[in-house]
Amino acid sequence: MEDNQNRLDHHADIEGTTLFDGKMAMKGYALNKMCFSFNGGAAREEYRADPEAYFNKFNLNDEQKAACRNKNVLEMIAAGGNVYYLAKFAGIYGLNMQDIGAQQTGLTLEEFRAKLQRAGE
Amino acid sequence: MAKIIGGLTTSHIPAIGNAIARNKQDDPYWKGFFAGYPPVQKWLDKHKPDVAVVIYNDHGLNFFLDKMPTFAIGAAHEYHNADEGWGLPTMAPYTGDAALSWHIIERMVEDEFDITSCQEILVDHGFTVPMQLFWPDRGPHMPRVIPVSANTVQHPIPTIKRCLDFGKSLGRAIESWPEDIKVVVLGTGGLSHQLDGERAGHINKKFDLMCMDKIVTDPEALTKISRHELIREAGSQGSEFIMWMMMRGALSAKVKKIHQNYSIPISNTGAGTMILENVD
Repeated sequence: MEDNQNRLDHHADIEGTTLFDGKMAMKGYALNKMCFSFNGGAAREEYRADPEAYFNKFNLNDEQKAACRNKNVLEMIAAGGNVYYLAKFAGIYGLNMQDIGAQQTGLTLEEFRAKLQRAGE
Repeated sequence: MAKIIGGLTTSHIPAIGNAIARNKQDDPYWKGFFAGYPPVQKWLDKHKPDVAVVIYNDHGLNFFLDKMPTFAIGAAHEYHNADEGWGLPTMAPYTGDAALSWHIIERMVEDEFDITSCQEILVDHGFTVPMQLFWPDRGPHMPRVIPVSANTVQHPIPTIKRCLDFGKSLGRAIESWPEDIKVVVLGTGGLSHQLDGERAGHINKKFDLMCMDKIVTDPEALTKISRHELIREAGSQGSEFIMWMMMRGALSAKVKKIHQNYSIPISNTGAGTMILENVD
């Protein structure tokens, strides 16, 4: 069993980066499926009306539910979230990619933008 | 016979679509970026391609993790855009060329590329933003389109070599079509950016500029880059560079660079625009 787990691990050691491979895709399937549903306006309304019921509808585990309640992107990634789908979750709360970049790096939005600006120089 | 006139590249980040919707083209932040497009529009107006093959990646509008094709080709008469979760206005449908799509699929499968054919496929910002940038007025010479989607969502993503080879096969398939039409191939996405993780905001100007240079002069050299190395250098979503390699493969071995623009940062991204013309 241990060997099988290792065989599933196609991890690459890149600082601050989680490679979304088969292992993560299985781990995060329910969370990502919920986020995928948010392409539809009616689904977003249903979620807004009762987030907890919506988590249960998609069988999120406790780790995934807690990450969503905290609106914490790093926690959502650790729970198997994929950023392309998480972007739809973020949209519900009016957060764009720079907002979530700031959140994940522990910077203010202005600091995050300044960091990008410096990297471009 | 069909002729590939050249290839175009562009980033396709949603923030660009927002900037267009809000007429921010002359805003100081955006000006340098949008200045890269009139030369492309002029080139397109001169050559008037009949068909645009648009290589992009779906970002979770059409494909989910239940079934994730490595390479998918649209084979529809018409392609629709839809809400991606942000409630933004959607684009009018794009006219396809189903007969040419099926010809490409037939030829590429014969050539041992296993294609997922899609008679219905919703096209997201990865497809629509490049179309808005290159054909802002959707005038009478708007080409028919063939969307080609590559998986960059879930690893394993295809290798850079495989993507270049895919492009070569795509190019042969297009140029074996008996109609006398002109085709342009779009490689969209990238360049360096990372949206997720503690390393969010990673961009790499030096690597981007190296890629923009080598893709013209020596694309084969780029196939030596491993997928993990690509992500280390260009960021998690910098993997979208594979679509540029697919485009490049479809062009002639030698190409002439007509135009290049590079803006950094655009949103979280190094944004590159190029015109590469086929050399007979």
